[in-house]
Amino acid sequence: MEQGFNRRRFLLSTAGIAGGLALPGAPLFAQSANKIRVGLMLPYTGTYASLGNAITNGFKLAVEQGGGKLGGRQIEYFTVDDESDAAKAPENANKLIKRDNVDVLIGTVHSGVALAMTRVARETKSLLIVPNAGADEITGPLCSPNIFRTSFSAWQPAYAMGQVMAEKKHKNVVTLSWKYSFGEQSVAGFKEAFERAGGKVVKEMYLPFPNVEFQPYLTEIAALKPDAVFVFFAGGGAVKFVKDYDAAGLKKTIPLYGSGFLTDGTLEAQGDSAEGILTTLHYADGLDIARDKAFRTAYAMAFKMQPDVYAVQGYDAAQLFAAGLAGVGGDVTKREGLVAAMEKATIDSPRGRFTLSKAHNPVQDIYLRKVEAKQNKVISVAAKALADPARGCRM
Amino acid sequence: MDFSTFLIQLLNSLQYGLLLFLVASGLTLIFGIMGIINLAHGSFYMMGAYMAFSLTSLSGNLLVAVIVGIALSALIGFLLEWGLFSRLYKRDHLDQVLLTYGLILIFEELRSLIVGDDVHGVPIPELLSASIQLSETLSYPVYRLFMSGVCILLAALMYWLIRYTRLGMMIRAGSSNREMVQALGINIDLIYRIVFGLGVTLAAFAGMLAAPVSSVYPGMGNQVLIICFVVVVIGGVGSVWGALVAALLIGLTDTFGKVIAPDYAGLAVYVLMAAVLLWRPEGIFRRI
Repeated sequence: MEQGFNRRRFLLSTAGIAGGLALPGAPLFAQSANKIRVGLMLPYTGTYASLGNAITNGFKLAVEQGGGKLGGRQIEYFTVDDESDAAKAPENANKLIKRDNVDVLIGTVHSGVALAMTRVARETKSLLIVPNAGADEITGPLCSPNIFRTSFSAWQPAYAMGQVMAEKKHKNVVTLSWKYSFGEQSVAGFKEAFERAGGKVVKEMYLPFPNVEFQPYLTEIAALKPDAVFVFFAGGGAVKFVKDYDAAGLKKTIPLYGSGFLTDGTLEAQGDSAEGILTTLHYADGLDIARDKAFRTAYAMAFKMQPDVYAVQGYDAAQLFAAGLAGVGGDVTKREGLVAAMEKATIDSPRGRFTLSKAHNPVQDIYLRKVEAKQNKVISVAAKALADPARGCRM
Repeated sequence: MDFSTFLIQLLNSLQYGLLLFLVASGLTLIFGIMGIINLAHGSFYMMGAYMAFSLTSLSGNLLVAVIVGIALSALIGFLLEWGLFSRLYKRDHLDQVLLTYGLILIFEELRSLIVGDDVHGVPIPELLSASIQLSETLSYPVYRLFMSGVCILLAALMYWLIRYTRLGMMIRAGSSNREMVQALGINIDLIYRIVFGLGVTLAAFAGMLAAPVSSVYPGMGNQVLIICFVVVVIGGVGSVWGALVAALLIGLTDTFGKVIAPDYAGLAVYVLMAAVLLWRPEGIFRRI
């Protein structure tokens, strides 16, 4: 069975590549085959390549589990590597929308690229499902009936962490992040919850992106002696920060908290320095959810590796689209019915069931996780069914 | 900021500055003596860091990894000079920029193929893994102090090599007049090959030394490249002594910029560069 599965997956992915390479004349021919045209605009090279692949795998797994179909229709993939390059984003998105005539656009990881895609989708009224990028704007000021997100907003995990740290009776907290919009939105979300609960952010510190010379800030933190520190970092910066924080001896005296990405996909490199750190995110290791266990087994069988939060988000993008198609009997031309069905859907996600907010962002549980033996073990639900406030969204 | 915090920040800037010097010294040698604009310098730094990672996981010992890594990067430097750069001395700077930019892409892609795109950590050697308690909350990792010590030692070695050895004399002569040196019967091609190998090795060594504290990740070379050029431009092209002074100045500006005016921290170093260039368009020091 496993064999057959792999062969089908191979056929699917080659179809995707062939689709991506198709000449402008090709769509006419393909359209007659009457398949649903899915455009995947994700990073397949560069720093975020592994994230793009995980999302693609997750999406294709969901399609596979539906017997190669979504909402009763065959799927045809069109793939573009967005290279996480915001400058090329409008062109790439237009390529999929105008040349390949896709019925739905799935993308992407990088917030800058996703914002550009959002603008293109608004102009062309194309259906867009964002499977990762957390920029608040996508389901805030830029929200639109045809734009959906299956991941999270920067605000969500940070806000939940604000509540957690207030409950832990921390009074004075220092925040540190890169000075770019995602970091600033995370800190803003944290501060909102933490100060509402009576805490105080004594100092907000930012360093230029992607600078990783943390030593001056660590010295500042040691001099300020706050009760705790909240940070937003990801990738290589997260690894270095967690190690530096530990090496400076601060971890023993001033507990470190972060938005989930501080310890996601980085634990191997962070080693013992990360042990015991608390983070918040919409996914965790060791969730007691049957759906998650089934998903993890199926994913591991199909792709010979463990799924991560990105794979879950890709999987849910396919589930959300399938729910929409089911509502209109697979007829993508009935856009209003499709959108209405997607809005009403309850997604049975590996992260736990979620619905969508008015602005089309998941209303989801945010988990409090603790790093134990190189895993982000779930401790509790930090915020139940947390909805992004969708500030600036008029819809 | 109380006095002890001030002293610790001073230590931070010294330590950052010295590491910058180590990376940038190779660039200033190649740039100043051979007249080559080497955009791939950051890639050599990255290559060193990845060597430290791969070789440490193979051999289990950072020291072994560094020794093998130095030999490998010197070899790579020689081969690159022999195969590519030696053909470019008579061409203009644009060709060099194109070649070295191409090298950045090639190195980045090779890294992705060989090691992958994940972030990796390199363990600090047992012997140097302790910390020294500086204030009641802050301690300082011994490895960082060790790094600074190595940088000072290397600076002294380079000064001695260029000032007081026969090879150094030939290098200095070659940088001011290539043809004349050749006419005197010195094999200038060999000298250039040695200088280039030395520059590559210095960058790679800086990467290896920094790997345990900086961790190893894609694109890490591009981050140091720009700041290295700033060091070289402030210090004066080709001046090793100038690179040292400039690196320390940048360390100070960057560290205290982050503390005093955090909103403009990203700007501080470039303001310093603009100010130095207005005051001395050729950099603080000229020539070796």
